[in-house]
Amino acid sequence: MKIYEQTAANLSKLLQNKEVSSVEVVQSFLDRIELIEPYLKSFITHTPAMALDMASTVDNRRAGGEKLHPLAGVPIAIKDNISTRGLRTTCASRILENYIPPYDATVVETLKQVGMPLLGKTNMDEFAMGSSTENSAFYPSRNPWNLERVPGGSSGGSAVAVSSGMAPLALGSDTGGSIRQPASLCGLTGLRPTYGRVSRYGLIAFASSLDQIGTISLTALDSAMLMNVISGYDLLDSTTLSEPVPDYTIFLDEGIKKLKVGVIKENVSEDFDPEVTAAVMKNIALLKESGAEVDEVSLPLTDYGLGAYYLIAPSEASSNLGRYDGVRYGFNAGGESIDDMFSATRGRGFGPEVKRRIMIGTYALSAGYFDAYYLQAMKVRTMIRREYEAAFKRFDILVGATTPTPAFKIDEKIDDPLQMYLSDICNITDSLAGVPSLSIPSGISSGGLPMGMQLTASPLKEGLLLKVAGFLERERGHLPLRPKVKLPEGGEV
Amino acid sequence: MKYEVVIGLEIHLELQTSSKLFCGCSTIFGREPNSNCCPICLGLPGSLPVFNRRAIELAVAAALALNSDVQEKSRFDRKNYFYPDLPKAYQISQYDQPLARGGYLQIEVDCASRIINLERVHLEEEAGKLIHSSESIMGSDYSLVDYNRAGIPLLEIVTAPDITSGREARLFLEDLRSVLLYSGASDCKMEEGSLRCDANISLRPAGSDELGTRAEVKNMNSFRAVELALNYEAGRQEEILAAGGTVIQETCHWDEERKKTIPLRSKEGSSDYRYFPEPDLLPLVLESTFIEEISAALPELPPARRKRLKEQYGLDASEAALFTFNRSLGDFFEAAAARYNQYANLAKWVQGDLLYYLRESGKNVEEVEPQKFIDLLTLLDKGDINRPVAKELLSEIVLSGTSPQKMIRDKGLGRISGDEQLLPIVEKVIAENPDAIENYRQGKEKAMAFLVGRVMALTGGRADPGEANKLLKEKISRK
Repeated sequence: MKIYEQTAANLSKLLQNKEVSSVEVVQSFLDRIELIEPYLKSFITHTPAMALDMASTVDNRRAGGEKLHPLAGVPIAIKDNISTRGLRTTCASRILENYIPPYDATVVETLKQVGMPLLGKTNMDEFAMGSSTENSAFYPSRNPWNLERVPGGSSGGSAVAVSSGMAPLALGSDTGGSIRQPASLCGLTGLRPTYGRVSRYGLIAFASSLDQIGTISLTALDSAMLMNVISGYDLLDSTTLSEPVPDYTIFLDEGIKKLKVGVIKENVSEDFDPEVTAAVMKNIALLKESGAEVDEVSLPLTDYGLGAYYLIAPSEASSNLGRYDGVRYGFNAGGESIDDMFSATRGRGFGPEVKRRIMIGTYALSAGYFDAYYLQAMKVRTMIRREYEAAFKRFDILVGATTPTPAFKIDEKIDDPLQMYLSDICNITDSLAGVPSLSIPSGISSGGLPMGMQLTASPLKEGLLLKVAGFLERERGHLPLRPKVKLPEGGEV
Repeated sequence: MKYEVVIGLEIHLELQTSSKLFCGCSTIFGREPNSNCCPICLGLPGSLPVFNRRAIELAVAAALALNSDVQEKSRFDRKNYFYPDLPKAYQISQYDQPLARGGYLQIEVDCASRIINLERVHLEEEAGKLIHSSESIMGSDYSLVDYNRAGIPLLEIVTAPDITSGREARLFLEDLRSVLLYSGASDCKMEEGSLRCDANISLRPAGSDELGTRAEVKNMNSFRAVELALNYEAGRQEEILAAGGTVIQETCHWDEERKKTIPLRSKEGSSDYRYFPEPDLLPLVLESTFIEEISAALPELPPARRKRLKEQYGLDASEAALFTFNRSLGDFFEAAAARYNQYANLAKWVQGDLLYYLRESGKNVEEVEPQKFIDLLTLLDKGDINRPVAKELLSEIVLSGTSPQKMIRDKGLGRISGDEQLLPIVEKVIAENPDAIENYRQGKEKAMAFLVGRVMALTGGRADPGEANKLLKEKISRK
């Protein structure tokens, strides 16, 4: 098995046993990037020198007998909306094309302390608005399982990098499905933690009350290991939770007997691709055979979730994105007056989807509309939270499909925003409720595309989600799912 | 028709914290532009605000001092608008759930007590400062922005429309400033912009309950300017109404040089700030014990002190007001009064000669030891020195802090009196001024005044004029 094909947990072992050096590990991924990145376009900025530098520092420390973190020397890719000091952070937007943050996001600082080499900043939908990575101002990323298809989004670049062996782990951000949906479309494990479990300091805001940094990995164990690094209270983020962080890896080996599983009726809908639903049901059957207690549950407010989400998120975005005015940093289009400069900078700096959401949000917050839109949406959000609380009185976890279909084709939905929004239909209510939500691979479709299943638990029960994910991995015994990347000029790599 | 003026004020106050409201940057005034900044107060992408506990304490102290009802739960909101001095394109402020509701300030207008009610007190962040290449942003080739001020904690105090004249507005502001200084919340320096005031002013027929159309007056940079601007604006509106016209709702600037209010060219429609709850901050929840602790730590506040000064020391209104507004002078008075019970005399000397010499020398009253001051008054009371000498000594006490007893010893400033010291001088004066003696004997009282003046001159002012008078009369009549 080649180095770049290893899971993060395996790399961790190889490194700790000194069977490989971090420099060798990083080099293996850099070689892989050189080979296939031109076809997949998962990165916006590559940082090979930084990665090798960190790798050799870690190797030296290990050679010096220092006790290192299990993930020391294991490289990672980071979504390009997470601030990195001295390294441009674009949010895949023209308006931040040349923006170089003077500070590290809290999670980046932690990764550096642990000694994880950074391979690069990954492609995404502009300002994390989108579900296909087609809204990147630079280029779309491609799904390694089928280059004609989208990898999902907005953390599409991170998913592509992990899926195709260009990085063993990646950080993404999830506002309304931006980790789980691409994880599902690329056959990966994607965890959106409880809102407040991971610091948002340095994560460039899309919708502050929904944004959450999370993990994209090949396995549940890899996700658990990365969660151990990034979770916890941060003085710089008032919305982080102060509850202690458990060692997430300890949950992985536990059994699932008597686990109460609620199958969300709305998320195994008849309207979905039957193969997707069938794959979910097959996994549920496996849980049941192993002693889980399975029942159906309806979350009827799911129907209102999408509407509420597409008012709350754009409202916050319209405010969060006001600062891109060309005065202090980023793109500046100039102009005769201050208002001209604002308009030209924003008019040319933002892409169409970002503008659409700024307009929706501005409208929803305007005097005379606020009560009917924003306030109403917030009421729905409260009701959704209550619906979840009630459901978690009956069930330990809730399950359903992550996405209604496997990966769709590039260009298929880009001109139809509503169809695009609907691809997150299963993900949005978990975001609104602020609960942890995990997408894991559920199977491969007849068309050779991965499908996903979403597991949801009550706040701070990430461990429980990882336990079920780990259990299913063991039972099915065919992970990680790896595509053979079929190159346009022929051949597979 | 007779009109009455209705004024409401909106006061912005920079709180006296060492760091900004949501980050650790310094708040020191006058630093090099853009040197007190960090990713948070510059609103860099990804940065988040975190409460400064000290700012909340000061805000609560100020609110309590203004009798405002501090809320156990309040919330921060975003006020969205585009302007180059606003780094995030929104100001973190408080909208429908302010820090404190209601409140009032009792002020004195022409010896009568007036209550000015407050609507609310809330916390928000300061914006940066624009420096234009010419007078205004419109006519400038370029503008520069200094974000040192951005993020400094600001307290907004909104009054009810209870104020009825420019003069009353000024008196209110003077009292408000005094209360806020006592509370320790702010240094209230209008010249540095740490206290600013905007006003809404309208007219209505006297006795009416309805409010007329108001104008908002900005750019008033002193309490005096507030009085002048509001009186001017009231006059302007009265002229319009008296001529049968209507006042239009607009914002105007006070032009300090031309002494008139100038309407700003207003844009179409009113601004819509699209307020919504700030998702990056949790609601502010204040434990009642926290509020009680701050309340207990507040000093005696000006209205109470003024009342007590009158009652305890029998001071008149102007003395009580002086010793309240000038807090350190009041403290000095009370420290001295603890050991000297001739309160009227004490008050007279503190507000008269002491204040005069303090101003002359540029010294602070804190530098003067009350004991030395009391010693001086006691020496005077006992007749050991006379008034002119006492003034000379006071000047020296203020300047160098030397004790009056020591100066009297060193300079021989003690009084010249009695048969041994003063009598020979009296005799000398009589011998040297036979004409004056003759005049006195013929009944010219003026001649006696002349003779006393000669005695005073020869003693260097150290004799008591009364004693000199008495001795002179004795000597002259004996002849």
